[in-house]
Amino acid sequence: MSYEPCEKYTDSALRFGDEDHYPERIVGEFLGEVVSNDWVNGEYKHMILKVHARALDSYAGQFFHLLCPSPDGAEVYMRRPMSIYRIDKAASQIEFLYKCEGRGTRGMGMLKEGDDFNLAGPLGKGFTLDPKWKNIVVLGRGVGLATLAPLSQLAAEKGVGITAILSARNPGVVMSKDLFEGFGATTIPVLDTDGTSDVANVEKILNGLIDEGKADAFFTCGSNRLLSLMKKVGKARGVPGQVAMEQIMVCGFGACYVCMRTFEIDGEKTLKRVCRDGPVFNMQEAVGW
Amino acid sequence: MVDLSVRIGDITLQNPITPASGAFSWEYNDVIDLNRLGGLVAKTICREPRLGNPTPRMAETEAGIIQSIGLPGKGIEYFVDHIVPEYARFKPPLIVSVSSENTEDFAALAEELSVPDVDVIEANISCPTRNATGGNFAMHEEHTKEVIGAIRAKTNKPLWVKLSPNAGDIVSIARAAEEAGADALCIANTFLSLKIRTDNFRPALGNKFGGLVSPALKPIVLRMVYQVAKVVKIPVIGIGGVTKAEDVVEYMLAGASAVGIGYAGFRNPTALITIIDDLAAWCDERGIKKVTDLIGAVKDDDMEMDTLVAASAGV
Repeated sequence: MSYEPCEKYTDSALRFGDEDHYPERIVGEFLGEVVSNDWVNGEYKHMILKVHARALDSYAGQFFHLLCPSPDGAEVYMRRPMSIYRIDKAASQIEFLYKCEGRGTRGMGMLKEGDDFNLAGPLGKGFTLDPKWKNIVVLGRGVGLATLAPLSQLAAEKGVGITAILSARNPGVVMSKDLFEGFGATTIPVLDTDGTSDVANVEKILNGLIDEGKADAFFTCGSNRLLSLMKKVGKARGVPGQVAMEQIMVCGFGACYVCMRTFEIDGEKTLKRVCRDGPVFNMQEAVGW
Repeated sequence: MVDLSVRIGDITLQNPITPASGAFSWEYNDVIDLNRLGGLVAKTICREPRLGNPTPRMAETEAGIIQSIGLPGKGIEYFVDHIVPEYARFKPPLIVSVSSENTEDFAALAEELSVPDVDVIEANISCPTRNATGGNFAMHEEHTKEVIGAIRAKTNKPLWVKLSPNAGDIVSIARAAEEAGADALCIANTFLSLKIRTDNFRPALGNKFGGLVSPALKPIVLRMVYQVAKVVKIPVIGIGGVTKAEDVVEYMLAGASAVGIGYAGFRNPTALITIIDDLAAWCDERGIKKVTDLIGAVKDDDMEMDTLVAASAGV
């Protein structure tokens, strides 16, 4: 027998158009309305949610904590952290790109147009763009690209040049090429199927971009192998970098200390909370996962 | 409008809703107005800085989560200098949870925490994941009596004692804590648990054992609160599986003067505020003027038959 979820305790979540009785808060619990939730390819779905205006006060690299419906008979107990894929302030919409893999994302995949979806956020420290940077390189794999998309949107708005290296298993799952190109990014797909995604080739591409003056900063998400590579090249060539990290979370606010990752700062190993100290960190301090 | 205020010894809470220690920190001010809570409960502090347990620290189960955090923190000096002021900005009383593995150190910590901005010391003698075996003071009457007596001798602050649901007879432990000078009892901590992954045959948590956090615990902890409240004179705070106002009512009927909430705040960050509002509405709808009228008001006077009699009577 499963525990019966209580409708009442989402009462203080804000819907689109609701009056905000506590505007001092910087994080909200919201009820978004599903506008669409469609397959992008065989593995990934793209959800568009209409949300309260306050939820739009978010920026690249931040995340929302999602209360996913259950894909089976049992409750999905904890929220699932997910980085923002796109913010459309004009339409009051937030978008997520996700892989239907675990129980949370499979439940999320079942939501239909018009359904409510409870999300808390925006949470965490996102990407920062130094005004001195004229050109950046983003390197992502799989769903990590979803996290780098709003960064590219932000960079494009600031007139920063973007090279996006999109890593995937095969051409069928190279996502977001059009989206990144829409931001004026030069895209370089690299694939497992033709070997272009292997470390030696990506290293050559990164060094080439530095040589051409197109790499004032590095950004990555989604692959430990690519993080190690970008960290190595960045260190050797003096290119600063940021990485967006993932970890299993409970609270999302920095209270529970579940989502720890190891970092190395001035030779000392330490633990940081991905939810509040990150999820975006200095690439040179990240140890990976 | 109902009066939601409750007394825990010398301390008045504006309502009976407090966060459970470990599940809360001042950072929740980002999402809720902390001034509305009955009390603020800081994460358990230890003497030395601790990184905590290895990851993963949480695993989902069929009816909740098991977690093993290991009391991370920056140590008592940093806590008093930097964390206490973060809480002191808010109006509700500050309840500081503290833990040690050593009686003398425990008492000394309580003394050092007895600073003006701290309103209550919560002796967490029941953390199931502080060490790898799950052992703690609250598993034994004698250990409980000894450590609480030592703490009592070193602080005049109200002393709340957090008991373990893993002890065989929590009523005896509760009595021991009361006799040793506790001002209130927090019942209970998490249930010692284990999850094993079937894909790689390894325990799911980095620390192997964890504490179960779940709405499914409520009936078990409610039974413990009921049993303890019948025999002690000091107030009891019920902690386990509260997700809605009716759960608070249930705990109060069983004899609790207040509740602690962990899980519900994880799942819905605004849950504590919703529960306070709903509790007020629940009382108002029934013409209940003071929430304290609910404490121990369970109607069971005609049910004092023992189970053998009940069985033979076919009940």
